[in-house]
Amino acid sequence: MSDIKTNGPVLAADGTPLKRSLARALRVEKTRALMLIAPLLIFVLISFIIPIVSMLFRSVDNRIVEDTMPYTVAALKTWDASSGALPDEPVYAALARDMKAAAEKKEHTRIGGRLNYEESGFSSLFRKTGRAAKKFDLDSGEPFKAKLIDIHKDWGKIETWKIMQTHSVDYTNGYFLNAVDMKRTPDGAQMQDDDKRVLLKLFGRTMWMSLVITGMCILLGYPVAWILANLPARQANLLMILVLLPFWTSLLVRTSAWKVMLQQQGVINDVLVWLGFIADDSRLIIINNATGTIIAMTHILLPFMILPMYSVMQTIQPSYLRAAKSLGATNWTAFWRVYFPQSIPGIGAGSILVFILAIGYYITPEIVGGNKGVFISNRIAYHISTSLNWGLAAALGSILLAAVLILYWAYDKIVGIDNVKLG
Amino acid sequence: MANTQNEDAFVAFERVQKSYDGETLVVKDLNLTLPKGEFLTMLGPSGSGKTTCLMMLAGFETATHGEIKIDGVSINNIPPHKRGIGMVFQNYALFPHMTIAENLSFPLEVRKIGKSDREAKVKRALDMVEMGSFGGRRPAQLSGGQQQRVALARALVFEPELVLMDEPLGALDKQLREKMQFEITHLAHELGITTVYVTHDQTEALTMSDRVAVFDDGRIQQIAPPDELYESPQNSFVAQFIGENNTLSGTVKQISNGKCVVQLDNGEEIDAKPVNVSKVGERTTVSIRPERVEFDKTRLHADAHTLKAEVLEFIYMGDIFRTRLRVAGNDEFIIKSRNAPDQVRLQPGQQIEIGWLAEDCRALEA
Ligand SMILES: Nc1ncnc2c1ncn2[C@@H]1O[C@H](COP(=O)(O)OP(=O)(O)OP(=O)(O)O)[C@@H](O)[C@H]1O
Ligand SMILES: [Mg+2]
Repeated sequence: MSDIKTNGPVLAADGTPLKRSLARALRVEKTRALMLIAPLLIFVLISFIIPIVSMLFRSVDNRIVEDTMPYTVAALKTWDASSGALPDEPVYAALARDMKAAAEKKEHTRIGGRLNYEESGFSSLFRKTGRAAKKFDLDSGEPFKAKLIDIHKDWGKIETWKIMQTHSVDYTNGYFLNAVDMKRTPDGAQMQDDDKRVLLKLFGRTMWMSLVITGMCILLGYPVAWILANLPARQANLLMILVLLPFWTSLLVRTSAWKVMLQQQGVINDVLVWLGFIADDSRLIIINNATGTIIAMTHILLPFMILPMYSVMQTIQPSYLRAAKSLGATNWTAFWRVYFPQSIPGIGAGSILVFILAIGYYITPEIVGGNKGVFISNRIAYHISTSLNWGLAAALGSILLAAVLILYWAYDKIVGIDNVKLG
Repeated sequence: MANTQNEDAFVAFERVQKSYDGETLVVKDLNLTLPKGEFLTMLGPSGSGKTTCLMMLAGFETATHGEIKIDGVSINNIPPHKRGIGMVFQNYALFPHMTIAENLSFPLEVRKIGKSDREAKVKRALDMVEMGSFGGRRPAQLSGGQQQRVALARALVFEPELVLMDEPLGALDKQLREKMQFEITHLAHELGITTVYVTHDQTEALTMSDRVAVFDDGRIQQIAPPDELYESPQNSFVAQFIGENNTLSGTVKQISNGKCVVQLDNGEEIDAKPVNVSKVGERTTVSIRPERVEFDKTRLHADAHTLKAEVLEFIYMGDIFRTRLRVAGNDEFIIKSRNAPDQVRLQPGQQIEIGWLAEDCRALEA
């Protein structure tokens, strides 16, 4: 090694460094390869990556405030919120001007909606003010302070102005703070009021339930994968079809089937009552709660655990077990000391797959989860389609994405991604 | 057969049969005994049942019928891990997730041997195969030959009295194989362990073993020391399978005190030693080693029968010359002669006469 270092870079026959001539020689090949995948690349870029990036961007984007109310934002910069006094007339004049312009463009409800995420009441405040602002005569020179406070008494409250000022930055950490049950206040980040703290709990529940689901999948999947890997080819194929069967059935159908199965008047309860394990008046509540979600999702994600395990176990030659036994190990020792360690990459691969799929799962918790069994993804969906707080949805999504990437990174550090075999 | 007295039998197969599917017998009536300390090789073509026999001995397959005994005790119902048999697998089966030292210490750990004792034994075993400095590596970081040695050391580290090896050298190149052949026999004899070795390389079988059992079709065709096997094959299969052989077929014409005359199908007559023939008029296949064929008439008995032959091809192979002849209508008759200063190099097209000593030509069953 050392002699190469002291002699400098290796040279090709024509005197150029070997590395450079190799790179040149490979460039043509690389270009051709790139051309071949270009259509896919462009497709993925346009339909997947760009939307995701733009969505993630929404988690910090707050330009709507300054865009809609440029004069107010500028005027507020000089107002000292801690002085305890309302802003002066110029701020109110700027507000009147912005309001009129926004109302004419019908944008006042949007900005009202935006600020309403921070404090309820802003929506109606802006709607009302906007309606009146259309008739404002900006050049009349009359004081707007009294007029605005007259239109809505909230304009006479310091709190209103504080919130306006706090959220008049272009890029905000407000959504992220909201995502972890905090809020952006004039005095810095603070915890959300107790009754509004739901998201951290939801994150925790999502992680915890995903862990439980992953654990269940390992417990149920390992023996199946083992049998699959050790049966003669023909029986193994048959069993494999059974494992894959759920893949060919719609997710919605499978989840709905669980809904039927798990109800209090459903098949499982009926059987348990019939067998006498439970009394008719104490039927198990195993749906519309965490139990329901865990049962249904374990079933749905099981193939993702079995397949990587199976593909790893298939490569473990039976001669290892035989060798262990010939060396004096009992069946159990041979399995535990020799077979199991070699199957860990399969468990790892399956676990990553199942866990990552689980923490982002939406449909199944939505259908069988009730209130207690929903995941963070259901909350994201709620903010996307019902509350329309896309910024918060994007922040939640970003946190979820970061969590997955961190887990992936940690796994790579601990187990090594190249040890993971998916098939 | 030698060494078959049951008193000194360490391992014994008694009328063992094996069928996997209930339709065909893979091992048919196997009887075999080997004394302590013997190096026995099972040799035979692919599918002849060698591995099956080994697996029954190791306990991974159960005999369909018959008994296998070690030290006079039937082991049919003893599970593999209690048999205390060392085993070297064809693909070595070193545990990939353990280091070499951990691999070796595994059999000691399951035997609950103390740590210091264990370390000493592992070290001794590794030194024995000259792998002392590799204890910290993983199997994947070793070459094929090194893995082989480790596998051997692992099979020996718990000091078994019986070691089984199933084609342990199959994956190695020729030179390394020859070196390991020597090392394995050396170790086996030095430690006084009884060894059952499976191969389908006949040179390996001949050079390593005290005795060789030739398998075909689920039966032992012959079991004998290497020289006896080579020089006195008991039947056509063994004659064909061990070493190179020329065969001619004909009818016994005359038979008397250990000699016979065989008339070939084209009418010519040759001398032979009756092995599997007993009466005149019987059909026979005679078999003769290429190196025992003489084409210099002065070196034959005056009354020996000779055959006309035409030289078809002369191949220079360095230490020997290999000449292909047409003899009695057979175009594949080979003779080998040593490359000596006075040796004649035959020319293609040349007409010669060949002959041999009667005891070198064995008249076997047709
Ligand atoms: N597990 C099994 N199930 C069914 N048949 C088997 C099994 N193992 C071996 N056989 C059959 O038994 C016969 C003998 O096999 P065996 O492995 O003993 O041969 P071998 O002499 O070791 O051959 P090779 O030199 O190729 O290793 C073969 O015909 C094989 O097809
Ligand atoms: Mg075999």
